This record gives sequence, structure tokens and C-alpha cells, in this order.
Amino acid sequence: MSPKTLYDKIWDAHVAHAADDGTCLLYIDRHLVHEVTSPQAFEGLRMSGRPVRAPEKTIAVPDHNVPTTLDRAKGIDNEESRIQVEALDKNAKDFGIHYYPVSDVRQGIVHIVGPEQGWTLPGMTVVCGDSHTATHGAFGALAHGIGTSEVEHVLATQTLIQKKSKNMKVEITGKLRPGVTAKDITLSVIGETGTAGGTGYVIEYCGEAIRDLSMEGRMTVCNMAIEGGARAGLIAPDEKTFEYCMGRPHAPKGAQWEAALAWWKTLYSDDDAHWDKVITLKGEDIAPVVTWGTSPEDVLPITAKVPSASDFTGGKSGAAQRALDYMGLTPGMALTDVEIDTVFIGSCTNGRIEDLRAAAEILKGKKVKDGLRAMIVPGSGLVRAQAEEEGLADIFKDAGFEWRLAGCSMCLAMNPDQLAPGERCAATSNRNFEGRQGRGGRTHLMSPAMAAAAALTGKLTDVRDLM
Amino acid sequence: MDKFDTLTGIAAPMPLINIDTDMIIPKQFLKTIKRSGLGVNLFDEMRYDDDGNEIPGFVLNQDAYRKAEILVAGDNFGCGSSREHAPWAIKDFGIRCVIAPSFADIFFNNCFKNGILPIALPQAQVDVLMKDAEKGANARMTIDLDNQTITTSEGEVFAFEVDPFKKHCLMNGLDDIGLTMEKAEAIATFETAAQQSRPWV
Repeated sequence: MSPKTLYDKIWDAHVAHAADDGTCLLYIDRHLVHEVTSPQAFEGLRMSGRPVRAPEKTIAVPDHNVPTTLDRAKGIDNEESRIQVEALDKNAKDFGIHYYPVSDVRQGIVHIVGPEQGWTLPGMTVVCGDSHTATHGAFGALAHGIGTSEVEHVLATQTLIQKKSKNMKVEITGKLRPGVTAKDITLSVIGETGTAGGTGYVIEYCGEAIRDLSMEGRMTVCNMAIEGGARAGLIAPDEKTFEYCMGRPHAPKGAQWEAALAWWKTLYSDDDAHWDKVITLKGEDIAPVVTWGTSPEDVLPITAKVPSASDFTGGKSGAAQRALDYMGLTPGMALTDVEIDTVFIGSCTNGRIEDLRAAAEILKGKKVKDGLRAMIVPGSGLVRAQAEEEGLADIFKDAGFEWRLAGCSMCLAMNPDQLAPGERCAATSNRNFEGRQGRGGRTHLMSPAMAAAAALTGKLTDVRDLM
Repeated sequence: MDKFDTLTGIAAPMPLINIDTDMIIPKQFLKTIKRSGLGVNLFDEMRYDDDGNEIPGFVLNQDAYRKAEILVAGDNFGCGSSREHAPWAIKDFGIRCVIAPSFADIFFNNCFKNGILPIALPQAQVDVLMKDAEKGANARMTIDLDNQTITTSEGEVFAFEVDPFKKHCLMNGLDDIGLTMEKAEAIATFETAAQQSRPWV
């Protein structure tokens, strides 16, 4: 048998039909659904009289529009947002799919809820009408974002029309230095490949620094595979993965667990498997990083200076100038001199318990800089509960952070959590696009520890100086 | 789905790399539960000021390009979110074809589901088409999907590649779900086998 990558193995296990030209019907094991990209798909089913083919494999949770303020039980003020969430309530009920409504303590960001509830398991195919579905690749599941037409296609047929992508290996060797996290790895990789470097590929992240990461850290790394252009990122499952999955509500139990485990242990890339592209970074070379521009590839070590347009060539030069103008930055200034107005810790990239622990470690016994707006939005109701149990919530509140309920919040600002024009935010989310966090808002992406450090000083800050 | 055969129309130049889905259709317009009506908000933050007035410098606000049906853009067009609202907005505006050196995967795929043809060409060829588009409303390009060619207003012809299955669906306006339903037996067979081999799923 010819050697295979992890991607090859999962792909081969899910091809329901292959046409001569390589177009395949890929069977989907888990379909995650949220309120923004699904209403048109359910409407399509109604219009054609089609049922959901596998409601038991379909899981819905509202996250993008939901308010994260403590009074959200009173309902959603914005009419359009409310209609969208109500539409999901109704669609979940009408079509008989699993549902975690806003009022459920398990509600949260779909990519945090899936793994937490044991829906996401190694070797599965997972899709969702959301590009950050790549997150689930941390379990060795083939997971990627799809459009609404494809959401309808999966609802109706439990398959997706796909052609196979190419294989890319991203190896992070050695150990990370203190103050360097999964977020710094994933941003540094995008800095290396560019935001289009992964287009057409599925990435497998490997190497000692990846193995050393917790499941939370691995989810952070895979989450941003899409920001590098790759539809999916994968990490081979290991003992950490199995331990995370064991006992989760929807993970297999007893003999089925044993059978699943036996298969999961075969899910790794063979030694002599073929890679179409290989990228290697040394763990010890990775620094705490921040973004300076309006593309996730605009990433630099926190010790660097703001670049100028002339540092780039081709189309990137013009884009860099546009980004500098939008971000209101002067070339040559130290990144650590950039003052911020807002700190946002949360999102499907960094809204898990480990992220909150990392922020709390920096914030413990300290105060947020005067005049700064700072909020922590846990990724799920269960993350929130755990943070309260561990005493993290008190640390945040004592420091001057708002302690919110779960949702996507200011990562994409579909709910009232938004930046005003010109406001500058240290954010643990995944996109620094123009207007992403609010029209005219300026976003600097970084790790939770770095965002916490910025909250204390009011500037972009090297977290290592506070450790 | 609308068929795509040949298209002769005005091409709007957007010589910017990494045009992301937040630029194409900002999040406040994702709250709709319909597919239609998004064209007026296409490129909203580049197109209108804070008071909702048109920004004259933006290409689609210039008289020559108000009826553009083709867009010529920089590398990595459509990067970012999976929102199909991006192609819905493009289509609703009246654009049926986007030409760029490269596209983000999800956006690229979403285009074909909505009767839009995305064409990836080498940078040098896109540069020529960009120059042609900059000539304005008198310079019309022709896209011939069947023959896989683009003809500039000067008569210069470029060939392009397109996946045969996607081409077939686009030319015939075929509905993916209907096509897949024809393979229901294969799906059922797979499902039964998977239930045996991976019963925990």
C-alpha cells in the first residue's frame, strides 16, 4: 500500500462517490450550523420539500449575533439579529436537529461548543458555514468552512462535492521560548506563507512544538489555517487528543470507545508520504508577534518597528501603504509605542479556558490602564463557568475587565460589541481586515497574554517584560 | 441557477490585492435571511462615506463603471470569511465574472454556486486586462465560457482554465443538489458501510 498523509487517510475513508474527473462526493460526519449562514439554506429545503438527511449529525448554536452583556435574557434589541436567531430556533425545531439555544449554559461559539460536547472527534469530516471550521482540525478531523449553498447541499445529502486538495506540511521544530504561544506560531506561519500561501492545500501542522501544545493551543493553530489560505489545518491525534475526547457527552463509550481508539491510532501521516509543499520553522525562532496592518500576513515580532511601503514589492507595496494609512501608523515607529483604546480577549481563536488562564496570569493583582475599554468574552457558557470556578473571573473583574457572556462578539462585531471609527484594539481574534471590528476600527492581532499586557500599559507591549 | 454562456460587458478595474469578504460585504449586511438585495451594499465601506453618500473616487461610483458586469482585481480575491453574501452581493450588483491572479478557495467555490465565473490568470495577463478595464465604458470585454477565452476591447485573446464539471454546471445552470440526489444510492451504500466500520460517528 502506498504511503499516505493524514489528509489522504481521512479523505479515502469518506469518499461516497468518485467521478472519473476526480470530482467526489465526500460524506460529512458532523455538520455544525449557526444563525448567519443557514437561514437561506433551510429556506431552500422548505421550498424544495427536502428534509435534513441526517439530523442526528447536525448541530446548531447561535453565536454571531447574540449579545454578550449580562442582561441578554431580555432579548435582542436589533431586529434583524433577533429575526436571524429566531429563524435558527425555528429551523432547529422544525428539522429536528441538535440545538443549544441562547438560554442554554452550553451555548457558545460553534467551534468551541463542538469539541467541548464531544461532537468533534478524530478522523471525522466536519463542515460549517464558517471559515473558522478549520479549528476542528486540531483533533485530526478534516474540517473546513463552506458557503450557504453548500450548507443546503450537506443538509439535503450529507455530502459535499469536492476535489482533493494538495498536501502541505508545516513543521515547527524544537521548543517555544517563554512568552510565546500557539497564537504566535499560527501568526508566524502566515507571516511566512502569506495569506494566499495555503490556497489549494490542506495543511498538517507537526513537529515537537505542535506536539507540546495542549488541545486548546492546537485549536488556536488550526483555527487560523484559513487565514493562510488553506481550507483546512490538521494535527494528528495523540494521547492528548484522546484524553480530551474521553467522557465528553457525545464521545463514544465502552466498546465503541475502544473500537474508535483503535482506528484513531492509525491516523497519522506515514513516514514516506508525499508532500506537495513543506515549510519548517524553528520553535525557538518564534517571538511574541502582533499584526501592524490590515491582513493577517502583516505580522512582526513585538520588538520590531512599523514598516514602510517601500519595504515591499509588487501589489503588496500599494496594499501596505493603504494599510498604514488605514491603521494610522508612521513607518519606523516602534510597535511598542502604539497606543490602544480597547482590548478584546475572546473568539473561536482564543476564547478557551487556557486562553483565559494565560490572560489571568498577566492580569492577576493589576489594573487595566485608565480610560481603556477592556472585555473578556468566553467562548462558551461552560468556559465561563469554569473560569468562575477557577477564580479567573474575579481577577478579570478586579483588573477592570468587563466579564461577558459567550458569543463571537467583537471578533466580527455583528452584535453591539464594536469599535468606533479610529479606535484601536488589541485583539485575540483572527482578522484585522478594514472595518472588521467596526467601521474605521483598527485591529492588532495577538495572543491572550499579549493582549492582557497591552491592557495594563495601554500600548502594544512585549509580554516578556511583564513576566 | 442562472446559466453562464458568453458575456460582453464593461469591466471595472480594482487593482488591489487581498480584497477580503469584509470589504466585499461588511458584516452588518449579513443579518438578512434572504439572498437578494445586497448589490446596493457591495463594497459598502469603500463605496459610501459615514453619511451614506457615494465616495466619488471609488470605481463603481464612476459613471463609466456603474453598469460593470466584470471585475478585474488583484491577488487573493475573496479571502476571509465563508459568507456567500459576498457572491450574492456581486451578482445582485450585476457582476457575473471576476478576473484575478488568484482567489481564496471558499469564495471561488461559492461563485460557481451562484452563476458567477471566477477566472484566475497569470499576473502579466491580469495586468493587460486591468489596463483594458481602465479605458472605461467604451472598452468592453467578452468572456466566452464554452471556448474558455477572454477577448479584450483591442481584440487580444487570452485562454483560461476552468474545472470541466463546474463549467458544465455553469453553462447549463444545474443545481448541485439535484445532481447529487441522482447518486442517492451511492450515499446510502456508503452510510450503511460506515455504520459498520465507524458506528460511533
